Amino acid sequence: MSRLQVVSGKGGTGKTTVAAALALALATEGKRTLLVEVEGRQGIAQLFETEALPYEERKIAVAPGGGEVYALAIDPELALLDYLQMFYKLGSAGRALKKLGAIDFATTIAPGLRDVLLTGKACEAVRRKERSGRFAYDYVVMDAPPTGRITRFLNVNDEVAGLAKIGPIHNQAQAVMRVLKSPETAVHLVTLLEEMPVQETVDGIAELRSARLPVGRIIVNMVRPEVLDETDLELLRTVPRSTVARSLSSAGLGGARRGGHAERLVDPLLAQAEEYAERYTLEHEQRAVLAELGLPLHELPLFAEGMDLAGLYELARELREQGVS
Amino acid sequence: MSRPDPAQHRLSPARLLDVDPLLEDPRTRIIVCCGSGGVGKTTTAAALGLRAAERGRKVVVLTIDPARRLAQSMGIDSLDNTPRRVKGIDDSAGGELHAMMLDMKRTFDEIVEAHADRERAAAILGNPFYQSLSAGFAGTQEYMAMEKLGQLRARDEWDLIVVDTPPSRSALDFLDAPKRLGSFLDGRLIRLLTAPAKLGGRAGMKFLNVGMSMMTGTLGKLLGGQLLKDVQTFVSAMDTTFGGFRTRADATYKLLQAPGTAFLVVAAPERDALREAAYFVERLAAEDMPLAGLVLNRVHGSGADRLSAERALAAAENLEEPRIVDQEGGKAVLRNSPDAQDSSDSPTPGTPAGAPASAPEGGSPTEDAESSENTGHAEDPERSVDQLTAGLLRLHADRMQLLSREQRTRDRFTALHPEVAVTEVAALPGDVHDLTGLRTIGDRLAADERELPDPADRPEPPEATA
Repeated sequence: MSRLQVVSGKGGTGKTTVAAALALALATEGKRTLLVEVEGRQGIAQLFETEALPYEERKIAVAPGGGEVYALAIDPELALLDYLQMFYKLGSAGRALKKLGAIDFATTIAPGLRDVLLTGKACEAVRRKERSGRFAYDYVVMDAPPTGRITRFLNVNDEVAGLAKIGPIHNQAQAVMRVLKSPETAVHLVTLLEEMPVQETVDGIAELRSARLPVGRIIVNMVRPEVLDETDLELLRTVPRSTVARSLSSAGLGGARRGGHAERLVDPLLAQAEEYAERYTLEHEQRAVLAELGLPLHELPLFAEGMDLAGLYELARELREQGVS
Repeated sequence: MSRPDPAQHRLSPARLLDVDPLLEDPRTRIIVCCGSGGVGKTTTAAALGLRAAERGRKVVVLTIDPARRLAQSMGIDSLDNTPRRVKGIDDSAGGELHAMMLDMKRTFDEIVEAHADRERAAAILGNPFYQSLSAGFAGTQEYMAMEKLGQLRARDEWDLIVVDTPPSRSALDFLDAPKRLGSFLDGRLIRLLTAPAKLGGRAGMKFLNVGMSMMTGTLGKLLGGQLLKDVQTFVSAMDTTFGGFRTRADATYKLLQAPGTAFLVVAAPERDALREAAYFVERLAAEDMPLAGLVLNRVHGSGADRLSAERALAAAENLEEPRIVDQEGGKAVLRNSPDAQDSSDSPTPGTPAGAPASAPEGGSPTEDAESSENTGHAEDPERSVDQLTAGLLRLHADRMQLLSREQRTRDRFTALHPEVAVTEVAALPGDVHDLTGLRTIGDRLAADERELPDPADRPEPPEATA
């Protein structure tokens, strides 16, 4: 099992939620995981219902069976200062650099540099060991940028190669790439059963594969329950309105005669079922497209009332049952 | 949970946003669609453009990252960064629709090519720092979208430009990035880096200069000295060829504030999307950007909204429970027959089929019923119809719960921003990828009143009719 689990997905597919659930799932049975946020959105804090995360690893949840989930929101500027500190022992000069805008300059000057700092911090956490020789974290889960940017983001080597041909950043990029392209890493993509997110997933996987980054699993999020099955939908195409009206009437919803309460429900209910049928067909098509990718496929249920902490534990349990951790 | 009041199923904001007058008004020259990702921004922009064109305006739609099939439907799946005329629209009113997909690198290249002589342009385009910046700087896409908007406006070939905004990490990026890129490239630091000689001459700046060389030294060590040199050559080349970036960013910014520009915030009736929308509304107000209103996409409705979720579920259980008993006893037919006789008042034969039937088959409901009853099905047909009906009721219960959730979210938004005019777009079951679909969206965008439930059909409190 890869120790660095990168979670990406189209915006709006719930990748932060899935990353958090995965971190919880991987922490079960006394394991320790680190959940890393790189985009400064404080999505993790919102999800775990805590205050904004600082640039510091802190425990945010306890998993069933005694495991622990730590979280870290990486701030690229602070990461750069850290980095300078480590290599150049800058002290207060670092603060002066910050004042002058040099840090801002250096982190904006090249998106590649920014990304090296972010992925570098995650890779450092993956490799970090305690005095006992045990890894500080059993797993590191990264809530990564969306599918459209993920390959660029992870492929820091290419990004930086043109810019920093020598120097510590160059070396750091090399070290990061060794981890990212190894079986130590798995990149998972979160999608919905809708056309655009599925198309993006297909494109994203092609990009990851051509950059030789290790693709992990596809996680279909927010899957709606199947209310009507194939047989129902078959019947829906031929069922006489009056029969449905009588059935509604027998359920206690009024008269089935024309103009009766039950009869007047038939058209709107059938219209809603038509919409359902249309979506059902679309979802089946999208499932087929995903199945062709030949990757492990998982489905997580939709929580109609919105996601909360209880829902997160539920998703973690679901992921465990599906053998993701 | 209380039964949702049908009169409250639709948002009753202080104002309804009427898009047609906005689209038809010749003074409207730019419409910017903004909002968080995944709420149907691009589709909204395309639908608005199509609607305006079919009402006689000469429109160009600038999309940033359209879904492939949506782009194909407008004939802009080729990424050549120039507006293409969209075929197949109704041009009887004399309008035209053009569409283009933004290629940010190409746009950046074009700026360089337009402002520098060939040799210098080649030097800039080949600079590794330029290549990184033009393809990947966090704000480049936003900046280039605004740049392209400025270019299209300057060409004055279209009387309406509809712009989609980039799928930013947050709503902020779109307004901030052009400034950020502008001030970054124009900023004090980059000036210092590129013109250390000027500073050296001034006594008071000596200290700063020492600081600078230490810093460039550090950055040089970190990035490799060559990168800094690339930056310096790049910035001075850019600077001498065509003025400051900040000036350009400022000009675009002013264009957005000018009369003739209308912002539409696009959202879906979901917690996060509306939170972002509220944030955007506040931000636009703070920046003096003219907000026309909120487009609320994917709003659900129900033709049977008088049947509450609870009653629908209870009825579904009524239909399902006896079936389980019957399966054990194997007497389904016996149960169904008397039941159907008792409680349903079957249509009298000969009654003309007046109401339009929504059953997929063309025949009248009465005939359908008869033919089905005559033929009969191998297994118990009533039972599977009951099962289907129970499913229909459960589906309806889900729908009603969704309606009341959407209602709560919308109420929260209107409570915060009663001044914002709103138009709602009813949800479609699938994605839109042709002109017909866009036209439907356009109709739904414009036809807020027509979507309102027929007032004669339901009791409404008098104050809701205002």
